[in-house]
Amino acid sequence: MMTDIPLRTPLRPLGRILSARAKGEDTNRIERENIHKRHESEKEQTRIRAQGRLLVLGIVFIVLYVAIALRVALLSASEPTEPRSQQAGASIVAQRADIVDRRGRILATNMDTHSLYVETAHLVDPTGTADALAKVFLDLDAKRLYSDFTGKRKFLWIKRKMSPEQMQAAHDIGDPGLRFGPREMRLYPNGRLAAHVLGGASYGREGVHAAEVVGVAGIEKTFDERLRDPGQSGQALQLSIDLSVQAAIEQVLYGGMKLLNAKGAAAVLMDVHTGELVSLVSLPDFDPNNRPNLPTKGQAADSPLFNRAVQGVYELGSTFKIFAVAQAMELGLVAPETVIDIRGPIRWGKYRISDFHNYGKELSVEDIIIKSSNIGTARISTMIGAERQENFLGSLGFLEPISLEMVEAGGGKPLVPKKWSELSTMTISYGHGLSATPLHLATGYAAIANGGRKIVPTLIHKSDPKEEKRVLSENVAAASLDMLRRVVTEGTASMGEVTGYGVAGKTGTADKPSPKGNYEKEKVIATFASIFPAYDPKYVLIVSFDEAEDRTGSEARRTAGWTAVPVAAEIIGRIAPLLGLAPQIEKPLGNDITQASNN
Amino acid sequence: MRSLLYIMMFNAVMGLAYWAYQENVHTQRELANVEELQASIGQARNRLAILRAEWAYQNRPRRLQDLADLNYEHLQLLPLRADHFGHVDEVGFPQQSMSVFDLKGLEAIEVAQRSGNDD
Repeated sequence: MMTDIPLRTPLRPLGRILSARAKGEDTNRIERENIHKRHESEKEQTRIRAQGRLLVLGIVFIVLYVAIALRVALLSASEPTEPRSQQAGASIVAQRADIVDRRGRILATNMDTHSLYVETAHLVDPTGTADALAKVFLDLDAKRLYSDFTGKRKFLWIKRKMSPEQMQAAHDIGDPGLRFGPREMRLYPNGRLAAHVLGGASYGREGVHAAEVVGVAGIEKTFDERLRDPGQSGQALQLSIDLSVQAAIEQVLYGGMKLLNAKGAAAVLMDVHTGELVSLVSLPDFDPNNRPNLPTKGQAADSPLFNRAVQGVYELGSTFKIFAVAQAMELGLVAPETVIDIRGPIRWGKYRISDFHNYGKELSVEDIIIKSSNIGTARISTMIGAERQENFLGSLGFLEPISLEMVEAGGGKPLVPKKWSELSTMTISYGHGLSATPLHLATGYAAIANGGRKIVPTLIHKSDPKEEKRVLSENVAAASLDMLRRVVTEGTASMGEVTGYGVAGKTGTADKPSPKGNYEKEKVIATFASIFPAYDPKYVLIVSFDEAEDRTGSEARRTAGWTAVPVAAEIIGRIAPLLGLAPQIEKPLGNDITQASNN
Repeated sequence: MRSLLYIMMFNAVMGLAYWAYQENVHTQRELANVEELQASIGQARNRLAILRAEWAYQNRPRRLQDLADLNYEHLQLLPLRADHFGHVDEVGFPQQSMSVFDLKGLEAIEVAQRSGNDD
C-alpha cells in the first residue's frame, strides 16, 4: 500500500536538513514531522474511499427496497388473473374418464346435465310452484313441497339430475326461487349390460355449482382414483369385457333362467391364457344408471346387486372331481386307465357316500369322470390324503378370495372345513364341503385348459400373458382335458356338444344347504364348467343356475346335464363366432359344392 | 452534428416504442383468439362426448336386437352361428378368375358369411 502512494514530499528534504544542520538543530524532528503529515493524508484518503463505498451500497439497497415495495403494492392493489399465455389445451377435459370394452365401445361415459334447487327466500309463489313442480316431476308430492317451501328451510334440493326437457319445463314455471346448477352425470348407455362389472356411481361432496362423481361399486369403485385423475381423464379405461359377447350371454342366460324357472344365474367367460374375463354375468341384474338401494331385509344374495359370479359362494358339486383326478395323476397314483373299486355306499360315521346311479363294481379313472361317480372320486381322494389335497386346492386358489379388480371380490371368500378330516377330503373331492365362487372354478379349469398354469383373472384388457406358476404338468393337463372332452361326447354332458367347437366340460349338481344346516331336498345349484375349443383350448365358460328345474318332462329334472349344459351349449354356439373362432370342420368338405344353409 | 445525433436517437426511441406497442396489441389479440379457440375446442369436445354417448345409446345391443327382431321380414338378420361359416370352395368366384387363382392349394381357409347382425 505504501509503495502505491507517490512520495511527493521527501521525509528529509535536503534544503531544510541543511539549514537545520547549519543552525545546529535536530534533523530527526523534521523527519518525524514529515512522517506525521504523510500519515494524516493517507488517513484522509481512506476515509473518503470508505464513504464513497457506503454511499453506493446505500443507494443500491434503497433502489432494491423501493422496487420490492412497488411490486408488493402493485400486487396487493391489482386483481389477481391467471397468466393468459400459459393455458394448456388438456385442461379443458376435466371429467371422469370413460370406461370402454376390449374393442373400444363405450360402457360408461359422462353427460352434462343440471340440478334443480330452491332458495325459499326468493320464492314468489310457493303454492303455484309446488303444484307446477309436482306436474313436471311426477314422483314429487305437491303438499310435501309446499310444506318444505313455507317451512324453516332456506335451501332444498329438488332434483340431483334431470333431462333437458324437464329443465325447460322447470324453467317455464318462471319462479325466481327455482335455481339450476351444472351437474356432471355418469351415463351407462347400454343400460343393464355388465351392470355388476361396472357397479355404478353417485355423488360425493356436493355443491351448488359442481358435484363430485364417485364410484360406489364394481370397477367404478376399484378404479375411482384412476378414473378421477385429471392427468388420465382423456384416456379411457379399457376393460377385458366384450360388449357383444356379454350381450349375447346375458340374453341366452336370461332366456335359460326363465325357461328353467331358476332364481338366479351366473356365467363367467375367461381367456385361459391371459386370465382376461371376456364376460361376467350375474342375473338378476340392475340398471347402473338407477342403482337400487342395498336391501334392508331378506338375504343379501336375493338382491339384484348381489354378484353371483364373484360373491356367490356355492358348493360346486361334481365339477370338482376333475381336480381330484388330475392331482392323483400328477402324483403318479393313477393313470386314466387305472381301475378303481366303486362298490358302495361308503359309510363314514353317520354319513354315507353313494352314486346317483349304480355303475357296477369297478370303473376306470376315465369312466369315473365320464359317468361322474362320487364313490370312485372319494376313493381316489383317500389315496391323495387331506394335506396334499388342501395344498393342491390352495395352489389353484380355492382357499382364498379371488384377486379381481372389483371391490366385491373380497366378499367371495370360500368356505372351507375348519378341520380337514378324511371325510372332508372325500366329500370335497366331489364338490361338497367346500364352497367357492364360479370365478374360482373358472380359474381352476383355466389351469387345465392352458396346460397346467394357474392364471390370475382380470377385468383389464392386456395382450401379453403373464408367466404364472405351474400347478399341473402338461401331460396331466392334456389327459384331464381329454377326459372332460369325453364327458361331453359320451358322458353326463351330452347335450353340451356344439358342432365345430369341440366342447369339453364337467357337470355339477350340488344340493343347496338349507338355513337349518342340512341340505335341501329339491333345491340344487346346477353348474357346467366347460372348455372350448377342446382341440386348442382358448376359453373357459362356467354356467351356473340357482334352483333350476326342467319341468318339460313327466317329472322335474334338476341335474346340470338337463339345465346348465343345454344353456351353455347355446351360449357357446352364439359367442364362439363372435369371439372370432371359426368352427373346426371335422371332415374336410369334398369338392362338391353344398348350399350354405341360412340357419 | 450533435443535435442531428439527438434527433436520430429520439426518432429511434419513438420508433421502438411504437413497435413495442404494436407487438403488445398483437399479442393481446392472439391471446384472446387462443382463448376463444380453447373455449370452442372445449365445446366441441363436449358435443363430441354427447354424440359418442348418443351413438353408444342408439347402438346398445338390446336395441339392435329388438330392431333386428322387428324387421326380420325385410332383413332376415340372425345371430352369427357356426354353420354360417363356409369353405373357400363354396364361394362362387367368376369363371375367369379361376385360372388366376389356383384354389386347389387353399385348404382350410374358411370365410365367414357375415349375417350382418354383429351385435
